[in-house]
Amino acid sequence: MGMMQMTNLTRKIGLATGAAALALGALSSPAIARDPAYAAARSAGQVGEKMDGYLGIVGGSTSALRAMVDDINIKRKAVYAQKAKAQHATIEEYAFTSGCVLISQTIPGEKYEAPGNVWKTRTSAAPDRDPRCP
Amino acid sequence: MISNRLTGLPLAATSVCMSNAGQHQVGRPGRRACGATAVLIAGAMALSGCISVNAPNDAIVIELNINIKQEVIYRLAADAENTIEENADIF
Repeated sequence: MGMMQMTNLTRKIGLATGAAALALGALSSPAIARDPAYAAARSAGQVGEKMDGYLGIVGGSTSALRAMVDDINIKRKAVYAQKAKAQHATIEEYAFTSGCVLISQTIPGEKYEAPGNVWKTRTSAAPDRDPRCP
Repeated sequence: MISNRLTGLPLAATSVCMSNAGQHQVGRPGRRACGATAVLIAGAMALSGCISVNAPNDAIVIELNINIKQEVIYRLAADAENTIEENADIF
């Protein structure tokens, strides 16, 4: 009897874990997480979201940081180009629109570029965006 | 007869300007004509100076871009949001 209960409990735990894993998987299925180095640079304020839809280096630059930012920006541009074509827009227009969205999606502590080409730190208040942003 | 001969010469203009000892006062209108020509040349030079103002072509292009963006951004916003969500590793 005790043995039966144990196996039952193990099975239940196993099922629960499986369900949790499934739920997590469903939540993050389309989105692959950020690279840890990128995530760290973002939260440290070393990189920030620019108004043109690309990533920028905020303070001092290192070759590693530059390489990482360039790599991400090249990938972003490829995505922008593909999507802009589908929407019959220019890459710049699509990238700028994405910049509006990305700046509004920054979390407190992260850096973003405000009108006048100045870096600002996101607070809990709404970010200072270009007046053309929706 | 005399004027015909003068204009027929290769250095007609200079001759008219300098030989104002003509019996019908040919020299005076000739000198005036020379002065007028000088004024015209000076005017043309001044004009050509005015024309060489550089048009700011780049600034005009930027203005147009701003006008296009204003209306396009709203159309693209929803799609851009989806794109960012789909490619969360690079955004």
